Amino acid sequence: MPIAKVNGVDVEFENGMTVLQVAELAGEEIPRFCYHERLSIAGNCRMCLVEVKPGPPKPQASCALPAAEGQEIITNSPMVKKAREGVMEFLLINHPLDCPICDQGGECDLQDQSIGYGRDATRYDENKRAVEEKYMGPLIKTVMTRCIQCTRCVRFITEVAGVSEIGLISRGEDVEITTYLDSAVMSELSANVIDLCPVGALTSKPYAFNARPWELTKTESVDVMDALGSAIRIDARGPAVLRVLPRTNDAVNEEWISDKTRYACDGLSRQRLDRPMIRVKGKLQPASWSEAFALVAARIMAAKLERIGAIAGDLQDAESMKATLDLFRSLGVANLDCRQDGVKLGAGPRESWLFNSTLAGIDEADALMIIGANPRLEAPVLNARIRRRWLSGKLLVGVIGERADLGYDYNYLGAGPDAIGQFVKQGAISKQKPAFLIGQGALGRDDGAAVLKLIGEAAKALGVVREGWNGWNVLHTAAARVGGLDMGFIPGQDGLCARDMTAKGALDVLFLLGVDELDLGKTDAFVVYLGTHGDAGAHRADVILPGADYTEKPGLYVNTEGRVQRGERAVFPKGEAKEDWTILRALSEHLGAKLPYDTLDQLRGKLFADHPTFGQIDFAPGSIPAALDLAKLGAKGKVGDAPFASPIKAFHLTNPIARASVTMAECAALTAGLKHAAE
Amino acid sequence: MIGMLEDKDRIFTNLYGLRAWRLEGARARGVWNGTAEMLSYSPEWVCDQIKASGLRGRGGAGFATGLKWTFMPKQESERPHYLVVNADESEPGTCKDREIMRGDPHRLIEGCLVASYAIRAHDCFIYIRGEYVREREHLEAALIEARAAKLIGKDNIHGWDCNIRVTHGGGAYICGDEMALLESLEGKKGQPRLKPPFPAGAGVYGCPTTVNNVESIAVAPEILRRGAEWFLGFGRPKNSGTKLMSASGHVNKPCVVEEAMSIPMRQLIDDHFGGVRGGWGNLKAVIPGGSSVRMIPAEEAEVALMDFDDLGARKSGLGTAAMIVMDKDCDIVAAIARLSYFYKHESCGQCTPCREGTGWMWRIMERMVTGEAEPKEIDMLLDVASQVEGHTICGLGDAAAWPIQGLFRHFRPEIEARIANYRTRRANVPGATLIAAE
Repeated sequence: MPIAKVNGVDVEFENGMTVLQVAELAGEEIPRFCYHERLSIAGNCRMCLVEVKPGPPKPQASCALPAAEGQEIITNSPMVKKAREGVMEFLLINHPLDCPICDQGGECDLQDQSIGYGRDATRYDENKRAVEEKYMGPLIKTVMTRCIQCTRCVRFITEVAGVSEIGLISRGEDVEITTYLDSAVMSELSANVIDLCPVGALTSKPYAFNARPWELTKTESVDVMDALGSAIRIDARGPAVLRVLPRTNDAVNEEWISDKTRYACDGLSRQRLDRPMIRVKGKLQPASWSEAFALVAARIMAAKLERIGAIAGDLQDAESMKATLDLFRSLGVANLDCRQDGVKLGAGPRESWLFNSTLAGIDEADALMIIGANPRLEAPVLNARIRRRWLSGKLLVGVIGERADLGYDYNYLGAGPDAIGQFVKQGAISKQKPAFLIGQGALGRDDGAAVLKLIGEAAKALGVVREGWNGWNVLHTAAARVGGLDMGFIPGQDGLCARDMTAKGALDVLFLLGVDELDLGKTDAFVVYLGTHGDAGAHRADVILPGADYTEKPGLYVNTEGRVQRGERAVFPKGEAKEDWTILRALSEHLGAKLPYDTLDQLRGKLFADHPTFGQIDFAPGSIPAALDLAKLGAKGKVGDAPFASPIKAFHLTNPIARASVTMAECAALTAGLKHAAE
Repeated sequence: MIGMLEDKDRIFTNLYGLRAWRLEGARARGVWNGTAEMLSYSPEWVCDQIKASGLRGRGGAGFATGLKWTFMPKQESERPHYLVVNADESEPGTCKDREIMRGDPHRLIEGCLVASYAIRAHDCFIYIRGEYVREREHLEAALIEARAAKLIGKDNIHGWDCNIRVTHGGGAYICGDEMALLESLEGKKGQPRLKPPFPAGAGVYGCPTTVNNVESIAVAPEILRRGAEWFLGFGRPKNSGTKLMSASGHVNKPCVVEEAMSIPMRQLIDDHFGGVRGGWGNLKAVIPGGSSVRMIPAEEAEVALMDFDDLGARKSGLGTAAMIVMDKDCDIVAAIARLSYFYKHESCGQCTPCREGTGWMWRIMERMVTGEAEPKEIDMLLDVASQVEGHTICGLGDAAAWPIQGLFRHFRPEIEARIANYRTRRANVPGATLIAAE
């Protein structure tokens, strides 16, 4: 490996690294504003100037300069110091210096670096420039006078999000970042520009003037808004979650999160169920825990086993599902299901419902057939990854299903199952790493099992699973789904599936574990709802047991790759609400079927013992060559010709937390309005 | 003899548009003569000849043209090579390329063919300044003639396919920077790209590209016709050849003239431009190369030679050799303040020092003009200029700093006196400016 000298110290580096990266290898801190590892290099802030020999006798922008063998990099010379001071001064002369009223205060690159590299006083006596505010939608608050024109936001929106909604107009002193026509930024990833903005020009609108960063308790956790399990940091003050920020996890979300992940958090403190309730004469009345448990136990004891059912929802942690499963199985109930949308997965080997190439595997795939999915809505962060691979020119994308704007070009093969057959007829694809991305829109239909068989056969014919590569990728939309399937939360012998359980007259007692996406209008069973929000499930419930949402309990979540990740508690459950598994544990005693665990650790111990895959935290099985016979998936049956439709109709309103969020409602109204205007 | 260059040695024989500029006229003046023979040698030979002639880029920076051509890959790969001719001549006071395109378009087109051959390019773009409408008309008409006569284009008589296209700029000064020009040519916003990669590695559309000034390209065929030795015969070593020079401002007959390099500045002004208004003694300062170099005062102009090295040694530069001559009636501070405004106006706003610094410098300069600036602000202004100079992506930052540095280098006492004078005329109270404004 080549060697360069950084401040007199030899540093070995890899070819292709920039001077900035080499200097960092040597432990030198290089200040920067415009440079960001995951964006293209702009080199325009000039903060990263260093002295490089051999080279011209002036400082060089280290972010853009390739390092070379024998180069001498000097980051502490008077020339560099003066250059940094100069650039810092230029950045500040037209900056309002309104830190006391700026939301970025305390986590501002400009503040930090002006302390580290700037001069102590200003020499600028002219009037400062003021820039008109821009409208960027309900999520991004702008104070454009603070902008230092680093163009990180422009590069993120055009390169990563794949829309050209933010740009830099005018020239010279008059340059402005704008959405051109004062329109809202409509990308599902738009709010990441807030994190990218090194100053307070783009800040979070819902969080405006809420808190200072040093007042917040920061908890590292996992997101449940989609099935990717993005790494997040939950910032809370006292009992309230104030904001959600992304953490870096290169295997999953890199460092982006979707707007829903970030902004549904105000839904955590609205519409909450904070005390047990019992329906009396058609109206829900507050009750004590013991009254509620006694009533539930009485109804369950009175019912026949085949007239009892339990359904698990989409946001559940593995522990609560495991407790539910253990409880009802021990009673002998077979009517169990974790698939509200009725997808026909869960019967075959584990690989059949996983995203086997892993999310990072998309960076290697050279062909991707998207079937019955709209990754832009179902997993926006994954979609950005697909787009990046496509941008590199090495990924061929095909789509069967909805013809949506995904942010990249694709070959459109058809809307429904018949297109799969035609696709196979075209013959084998001469690609090394082909992948299928199968959405819940393809498998959640009544003929889902037959469609699964069709897709499985197609995948086999095209060699999607081969030595060293497993391109059978199921994209889930529910954070709890893979965990549920992994522990076998599916109907037992002669058990009913979720849809059948909610049919009229099917059951006497229906236990809902955070189930809000099912049509509960027909069921005449006694409905017990354990959940967090006054949403569809609670509206129909006869007894409400208030539980904890994902920020209020430690829990395991399995993402669509099969990666087990641990969420942590950031705040405590609201009011009298308790962690879900403790409710089930208490209920089990009332039922005389005491669950064999008293602590969360014991519950986890049982979970790991029964289902070893849960013990492998932060591990995605990935492309372990699996004996996955694709042709055996699904079941024979008649395949309908209805077109595939994505299960997500409104991106911002997919779960009870998001539906309780004012911010998400605004976004949804805006999106719906645009749709309406377009039609 | 007027000047140093004899008529027989002039390359541009129709600078003033007195003769026919179309193909027939151009042929009569020797253009397209023996072009096929030049192209019968290898591209390396062409590069060697240009190198041997000592031709330095005529756009202002003075980089050796032949050497630049050799930076191109020696073999064509799947990435085509491109020649881009920088005809975005927007430098204040400079209008030499304009005369070439107006009066001698065929000489440029012939140069494009030869240069394309030397760098193994089959495509050539001429990026012409937005305001140059008549020049573009002439150039396009000449291109049509040349194509019709099979001098250029596909299967031409010279045996080297060469497509030449004219692209019309939008009128931004910054697009005269080669990297911004490439961006603009690709249809993007004219903001300079970062170097490296240099155009010879990844230029227009990411392919190897050479960007040359109009004059550099236009003289190349004549050098090959008459031989490198002939070109080398003019000027001092390393500053060889003939060059279009011009003067604007306070001379009696401003014009563009072709002269031998290294001609004394005084001789040039006296012989060709009718002398300084009011006589040589009335001269105050000269900015030798467009506006983007430091000025030199009269006593240095007396002995300065018009070439890169002599003016460089005087902490100025030849630039485009378009002198701005200022006599003693000229408010030199106001003149430089106007230049500062120009650079502030033309800054693309991409990188910090230029975006913020040019405006700051201009505002201080405006106060220097009236004298209401503080005396300490002179040093601050020079410090700000030094913070802009050399810290930017392209050369515009340097170009904005140099005129100011030149002014204070030679005329600082004058500005200090102006400030002192302003203060003596007003009561020495804080807020004197406000009182004056009322």
